[in-house]
Amino acid sequence: MARSVTTRRKTVNTLAAWAIGLLIFFPILWTILTSFKTEAQAINDPPLFFFFDWTLENYAVVQERSNYMRYLWNSVIIAGGSTVLGLIIAVPAAWSMAFVPSKRTKDILMWMLSTKMLPAVGVLYPIYLVFIELGLLDTRVGLTIVLMLINLPIIVWMLYTYFKEIPGEILEAARMDGATLKEEILYILTPMAIPGIASTLLLNIILAWNEAFWTLNLTAAKAAPLTAFIASYSSPEGLFYAKLSAASTMAIAPILILGWFSQKQLVRGLTFGAVK
Amino acid sequence: MATQHSRSAARFMMAPAVILLLGWMLIPLTMTLMFSFKKYLPLRGGDLGWVGFDNYVRFVSSSAFWPSVQTTLIIVGGVLLITIIFGVLLSILLDQPMWGQGIVRILVIAPFFVMPTVSALVWKNMFMDPVNGLFAHLWKAFGAQPIEWLSDLSLFSIILIVSWQWLPFATLILLTAIQSLDSEQLEAAEMDGAPPLSRFAFIILPHLSRAITIVVLIQTIFLLAIFAEIFVTTSGAFGTRTLTYLIYQRVLESQNVGLGSAGGVYAIILANIVAIFLMRIVGKNLDT
Repeated sequence: MARSVTTRRKTVNTLAAWAIGLLIFFPILWTILTSFKTEAQAINDPPLFFFFDWTLENYAVVQERSNYMRYLWNSVIIAGGSTVLGLIIAVPAAWSMAFVPSKRTKDILMWMLSTKMLPAVGVLYPIYLVFIELGLLDTRVGLTIVLMLINLPIIVWMLYTYFKEIPGEILEAARMDGATLKEEILYILTPMAIPGIASTLLLNIILAWNEAFWTLNLTAAKAAPLTAFIASYSSPEGLFYAKLSAASTMAIAPILILGWFSQKQLVRGLTFGAVK
Repeated sequence: MATQHSRSAARFMMAPAVILLLGWMLIPLTMTLMFSFKKYLPLRGGDLGWVGFDNYVRFVSSSAFWPSVQTTLIIVGGVLLITIIFGVLLSILLDQPMWGQGIVRILVIAPFFVMPTVSALVWKNMFMDPVNGLFAHLWKAFGAQPIEWLSDLSLFSIILIVSWQWLPFATLILLTAIQSLDSEQLEAAEMDGAPPLSRFAFIILPHLSRAITIVVLIQTIFLLAIFAEIFVTTSGAFGTRTLTYLIYQRVLESQNVGLGSAGGVYAIILANIVAIFLMRIVGKNLDT
């Protein structure tokens, strides 16, 4: 009796959850489907779901007309570069805050967090001006630096919460056994820190890849990443749904895949360790 | 047990991050503050000298100001309401035993990873377009007149798009919080005959209150700054000009830097008010 009730409940739960999950996912599914249609099929009424002539034509057209690869490459360089640069700067900082805490460590962490709260639009013109002065406008270097800076607080925080979980006793034991600082970092800390660093890397690539304020305002043609490329579809000519879908699918696919790997880290990273 | 030596090493290791963030914060902030007290029109005469609090007064008294505050509040409030209510319900549902939980989770979280320009354009064209959009097809199928979503229901449409992007975030965090709830407590309540609704109101909801507060604060900070969603859908037309967008227009479109910077200072103050509450919670967590 009890068992049949739970099975029924489980069935109801499953049906409800799948229905809602598919509903929420539907816009993405629809975009992916549309990217394989012809432009005429894309706006067909009634809408075509699975039974249409699947074609890869749009992907070829998008690449040919707009030089899609260049935008993709810009995104890869800017997102990857800003994350790696951020890690290089943040790892020593987070390491020292986690293992050699002082009275001011907490204040420094909180202050770093507060810089993340600064609304971008409030400093738009100064940054714009500095970029013009330094010749950084519409360059990948400039954008890489800005994205590194806006994500640096998150990187430091995430690393800090991970490093905090490494038990200090292990370090002390190593020191007792006569390990030097270099050996301590190389053989004990690094292996234990790698999972945390990897998660931080993953989440920050996602954040940098999707950043759409600075990438839209500080780039034109040369350094524009995918966010800006997609935005250029907001004033299109002629039929473009299938091409928009193909471009969108290519822009989100790599991040969707990375994102599914980083669900757990997402919570920790975006709540600054307040929810784990 | 840190020695003097390791302390100075620690300080040295922290220095690059601290100096960079200090520069990133102080330099532009000082410039924004300075511009806000100047009449500064880069394309029409450049720096025209100090004007005191003129820009601050003019920004607030311009006819666009109060509507933009109202728009901002409606969008932020609307998105918060939708994402929290549905986030709580969805996280409770996802916490139940079911088949294919992992896959459903992935489906629900996916929108968060879609870049803002993509989600805004996909919704604008493929769903909300009054001629070829999916909603228009749906409305016509029922013999109704298709809705001009982004002009007639512009605010609702933006709220819908942004909620779709942020619902996964709220759900994911609330789900994480629910999973930390002691299931024995719920079972005990069930055995004592507490109906589902009271179990929800007296056990689940209080347990979630901290997570909900965090979601509200973090989302508020991000939502106050939404830009791309408005940029590619309405460009601020049809009553969708938020405070952020108004400042952007003053600064980059009409190149009135003084006025825009005064607006920027208002935005910074507003964000800081929210930030203080968030930091208090995060800071408390840091002690434990």
